[in-house]
Amino acid sequence: MIDVVMPQMGESIVEGTLTKWLKKAGDRVERDEPLFEISTDKVDSEIPSPAAGILAEVLVNEGTTVAINTVVARIQQVDEVPAGPATTPAEISKPAAPPAAAPPPVPPAPAASAPPAASPALSPPAAVAAPAAPATPAEPVGPLSPLVRRMAREYNIDLSQVRGTGAGGRITKADLEAYMAAQGARTAAASMAPAPAPIPAAPPAAEVPPVPRTAPAKTRVEPMSTMRAKIAEHMVFSKRTSAHVTTVHRADVTKIANLRERLKAQFQERYGFSLTYLPFVVRAAAEALRTFPIVNASIEGTNIIYHNEINIGIAVALDGGTGLIVPVIRNADERNVVGLQRAIVDLAGRARSKQLKPDEVQGGTFSITNFGSFGSIFATPVINQPQVAILGVGAVEKTPVVVDDAIAIRSICHLALTFDHRLIDGALADQFCQKVKQILENWSEQVL
Amino acid sequence: MRSCVVRDLGRMPFAEAYALQQALVERRKQGLDADYLLLVEHPHVITMGRNGRREHLLASEELLSRAGIEFHHTDRGGDVTYHGPGQLVVYPIFDLKQWKRDVGAYVRGLEQVVIDTLADFGLKGQRLAGCTGVWVSGAKICAIGVHLSRWVTSHGLALNITTDLSYFRYIVPCGLTKPVTSLAELGCRATRADVVARLIRHFERIYDLDTGASEGAVPKERIA
Repeated sequence: MIDVVMPQMGESIVEGTLTKWLKKAGDRVERDEPLFEISTDKVDSEIPSPAAGILAEVLVNEGTTVAINTVVARIQQVDEVPAGPATTPAEISKPAAPPAAAPPPVPPAPAASAPPAASPALSPPAAVAAPAAPATPAEPVGPLSPLVRRMAREYNIDLSQVRGTGAGGRITKADLEAYMAAQGARTAAASMAPAPAPIPAAPPAAEVPPVPRTAPAKTRVEPMSTMRAKIAEHMVFSKRTSAHVTTVHRADVTKIANLRERLKAQFQERYGFSLTYLPFVVRAAAEALRTFPIVNASIEGTNIIYHNEINIGIAVALDGGTGLIVPVIRNADERNVVGLQRAIVDLAGRARSKQLKPDEVQGGTFSITNFGSFGSIFATPVINQPQVAILGVGAVEKTPVVVDDAIAIRSICHLALTFDHRLIDGALADQFCQKVKQILENWSEQVL
Repeated sequence: MRSCVVRDLGRMPFAEAYALQQALVERRKQGLDADYLLLVEHPHVITMGRNGRREHLLASEELLSRAGIEFHHTDRGGDVTYHGPGQLVVYPIFDLKQWKRDVGAYVRGLEQVVIDTLADFGLKGQRLAGCTGVWVSGAKICAIGVHLSRWVTSHGLALNITTDLSYFRYIVPCGLTKPVTSLAELGCRATRADVVARLIRHFERIYDLDTGASEGAVPKERIA
């Protein structure tokens, strides 16, 4: 039989109210199947069964509040339940039947040598029971106060070794202190003694106080994922390769904000995804790249490679901070806003679900990173090698600005272009940004 | 840090949001998905928690439906409550096995998120011993009710921003005969977007979340 206890739901919680039994005595339950519900401080929790078997006894009625670790039910494990149609769960559930009473009813017919085999079979279930039983870790007797719990954690004390002298054998702070005092003598002695066999040349080592075994680890070592290692290498490589300079321009995107507001619902309905600012920026950048082809170039030795295609990479942050990937919108200059938005939604979605094909992350000639979506006003992005520039898009925020000597509230966005000064001079970079800004501020293209 | 996807569902009926929560909880229990933070505003609805008493609902269901208010029984903790326009409802779908394994700390954390958010707007939110939720000068501004299944949370909190408080007359909120209030009633002009932005930051800090990967998480005025 397995005891089902009121689980420990948190440090400060010493009791819980059993609000509902999801199974009746005699019902069969699977391990991890919700067995009952409890309520603690506005939190209702379903508690899964710690084992598979028959709910043999229900010891606590619905609506009763009991201390944690109180046994609320007993489960007769499947192995303990004799096979055979004769025994109905109801019979087993009749209380008071001590575990030993259950087995006899139907002696299995074929196995002639049953008796000797049967009795050993009685003990294994008990052995099985032990590991399967506690849904909560094995707790010492009685609830523990948060203080005791914290002390145990801080000093790394195994509470099962501590004798409780409080009410009902509960462990108190004094018990812990007594235990630590007793233990302290031992650990101190142990740590003072030089490490026995391996290093007989102890003298210099003795100056460094040995780390007590109980000290919690201050660090955790974990190898980088392949992606993380590649990002690390790529970032440092880029910083080493290019002469990074960032220039920031402010764009008034009120016109686009209004357009978006107006078309939002219609756009969503027609295309099934929402209209964001990003495709407008990509569209404007593609135009500006056409005007200033050197921003769409790369360097090879002392040659300048001009790319005839405008392939714009869009930085996508992966879920769980697992990394960053830059899928590429090919021939971005040939797409309108709808086409760009569709490509962004598609590539970002597949980047996150790891469904991108290798050639979809290659061949970029320029990149855009949209840190504005995380609230950043502007940042200084790192160039995606072997490209020579990357445009960072800041958050669009309603801002008071001076328009014709009056203060107006406009939707403002900062555009940060990081360029490789080896190839691009500041004046040209700023002309490029002005072009992007001009297109965004005077947006005239149809969207729908 | 645990990654957390923030999704602002905008206006969504209670039942629909509930179904979405259920689906996310199932996935989370199987370890398939990240933590989620759902933000939503419900049309007028009164919901009854597991421990709810029928007498705390002061109107018949028929009267409610005539007043255009839905009525639902739910599996969250707590008593009866009202949701409606102007109220920010937050449903965190968190796996507490990865955060303290402690429902008490979790609920205190929700309160802290709201208290810190209110502080950003110059309001002093307080706890009231024995009455989970957040209070300002003795009036309830935020209700809390949580369901837990294998340490995965659902339901959450409801914070009154510009809620029409007259709807609370249909119930005894959370079984307590205490007044309710809202940010607007306290003279705070903050919009939902303002509150959401602050609230997310406090969730990140208190529950050690990384919401970086969220799409559409950020207020509408931002590029997405």
